[in-house]
Amino acid sequence: MHRFDHKHILSMEDLSREDISLILQTAESFKEISSRPIKKVPTLRGKTIISLFFEPSTRTRLSFEIAAKRMSADTFSIAASTSSAVKGETLVDTAKNLTAMQPDIIIIRHSFSGSPNLLAKHISASIINAGDGTHEHPSQGLLDLMTVTEQKGDIKGLKVAIIGDIAHSRVAHSDIIGFTKMGANVHIYGPSTLIPPGIENLGATVCCSLQEALQDADVVMTLRIQKERQKDPLFPSLREYASFFGVNRRIMEAAKPDALVMHPGPINRGVELDPDIADSTCSVILDQVTNGVAVRMALLYLIIGGGDKT
Amino acid sequence: MTNPSAGNTSATALLLKNGRIIDPKNGRDETGDLLVEHGKIAGFFPSGQAPKSDGMKSFDLTGKWILPGLIDMHVHLREPGEEYKETIMSGTRAAAAGGFTAVACMPNTNPVNDNQAITSLILDKAEKGYARVYPIGCISKGGKGKMLAEFGEMKEAGVVALSDDGRPVANSQLMRRALEYAGNYNLLVICHSEELALSENGAMNEGALSTKLGLRGIPRSAEEIMVYRDLSLAEYTGKPIHIAHVSTRESVSLIRRAKEKGSPVTAESAPHYFSLTEKAIDSYNTLAKMNPPLRTTDDLLAIREGLQDGALDVIATDHAPHSMLEKDVEFDRAANGIIGLETAVPLAMELVRDNVLDVARMVELLSVNPAKILGVAGGSLSKGAAADITVIDPEREFIYSADMVVSKSGNSPFLDRKFKGKAVLTILGGRITFSELDS
Ligand SMILES: [Zn+2]
Repeated sequence: MHRFDHKHILSMEDLSREDISLILQTAESFKEISSRPIKKVPTLRGKTIISLFFEPSTRTRLSFEIAAKRMSADTFSIAASTSSAVKGETLVDTAKNLTAMQPDIIIIRHSFSGSPNLLAKHISASIINAGDGTHEHPSQGLLDLMTVTEQKGDIKGLKVAIIGDIAHSRVAHSDIIGFTKMGANVHIYGPSTLIPPGIENLGATVCCSLQEALQDADVVMTLRIQKERQKDPLFPSLREYASFFGVNRRIMEAAKPDALVMHPGPINRGVELDPDIADSTCSVILDQVTNGVAVRMALLYLIIGGGDKT
Repeated sequence: MTNPSAGNTSATALLLKNGRIIDPKNGRDETGDLLVEHGKIAGFFPSGQAPKSDGMKSFDLTGKWILPGLIDMHVHLREPGEEYKETIMSGTRAAAAGGFTAVACMPNTNPVNDNQAITSLILDKAEKGYARVYPIGCISKGGKGKMLAEFGEMKEAGVVALSDDGRPVANSQLMRRALEYAGNYNLLVICHSEELALSENGAMNEGALSTKLGLRGIPRSAEEIMVYRDLSLAEYTGKPIHIAHVSTRESVSLIRRAKEKGSPVTAESAPHYFSLTEKAIDSYNTLAKMNPPLRTTDDLLAIREGLQDGALDVIATDHAPHSMLEKDVEFDRAANGIIGLETAVPLAMELVRDNVLDVARMVELLSVNPAKILGVAGGSLSKGAAADITVIDPEREFIYSADMVVSKSGNSPFLDRKFKGKAVLTILGGRITFSELDS
């Protein structure tokens, strides 16, 4: 069996095909734990895990916390509002203080790209990137891969369409890298203001129309439009966005009949995704959430050394 | 102007023996002896034929190059206001260690140099320094880009040029008026050309790498649009401008074309733009963060071409000291800029070895042209002139390690780089300000 030898999970880019397969297999085996009446195993008993969130997050933080608790780890959570970040302490100082408490893993979310890399340079604990700026969100990318693998059996050869704000989406970046690595063909489309230069280098094909992107797609992933970015003139209105870039039943006819609809959440219903599609049988949005816990259990397990027991 | 009196050794006579004396301005490139007496260049002699005198200090410079003192026309000395990063004393000491005998310092200190009091303060402090210091005054009051600063008063106090460097002059009318009004005092305007609407909050060059790293990009257009504006205003007003820190291929082309049309334009680039690309940022290395940002190989090659063919006139370091407080942070939060005084000569020597520049051209870029553009003394080894002299050992190999750094700050992306070619002796008005040679 492939040996997992990463100390940190900083990006999808750092992971090989074999790493990803191992993470997905491990996650699949952990998934069963979450369906037991007593959802707890002693695997990480005595391990200390700190989540350090410099950006508000409900679902990712909760997902990591549940994952850690189901493995019996001791978890502590620091939100930016309660941490010393507001008192002007630098990230490196915060990291050094935390290190003195000897955690095994620090899970970080930060609005600046590369912050997990900075922590990893200064700290002895393992670092998991729970989303950094517009860089990456590797655990989200992995749970997306797990969800598609479950539904389609294999990722190789699938057409994956990712629609929307590619430029500001760390999920899109991790997904493009991850799906491409696993052999899918990733096609992207959105307002040109939201397609960053050189995105092809990550493996994506940039399409000229929504129709082209969705044509015969096996997976349609829509991304959250962030209204708070509107000081940069990226598109004129949510109404126009919904008409030309939103995914609805009519445009979904271009995709394969059994195409999956995904969204990293939370959804702006009626903007990037029509409610009747979000709630339809092709939607695997809630499976994504369930798999999130399993993938994060697998990551905690593997970086703490579980992968050594081959 | 300034005539620093401190330094280390002072001897009435210095004899530089057996060196290759390279002085493009006077058409001299020959091996021989150079005699310094009473702070001035006293004469040139065939090897071994200079007159000896009591108390004379002499150096055998066989295999070494004797050049006119190097002049860096773009440094940030941080004093007044940010003395924890650099002082006039530490900055000029770094200059001497890098082979520079003079520097021109940008006005974005705290407070900014937009009046004669600050200019005088800088010049007072510089008297005890290790290099001549030529202050540059602000274009706008407070460097805020709204109203003209008092050019006349600053000129009287000793500024040699004007710039709002660090920030562009966003208002084109203000820039035009600055060029016109600077003409009354024969002051050069140095342009930090940047269109802020395109560059604001940017952290690196825009392209595939910025997308991959999730960092906000700064497109080349942000520089080129403003370079064009500034060139257009120089042509229209007929007043000279100097474009600072050129980083893109198209900027080089625009400047080349303006020169062909006869516009009164000069320009500089910095060693990092001809030595590094954006790849140096790789895993969020804040030591490679600067403004304008490092670009791509194509731009790097264009900078080299520009230095070679004359589109660019000067190599200036944009020496920008920052402490680890500003650099050991998230990439987006990190300050722009790197120190450069101590690595300029070694990096220029790489271009000489790669046959991009010949030695005479290197001397033009680092000494002759900055003196001419700023209208200050130096740039040549003329008999009777102040003995500002730089000696380079083209064979000297070294690794630029953290404990070698003379500047008060260590923010260099070149740390641990292996170099060949280095200043080994720096002489300022006859005084030795830096030496690693035995006399
Ligand atoms: Zn500047």
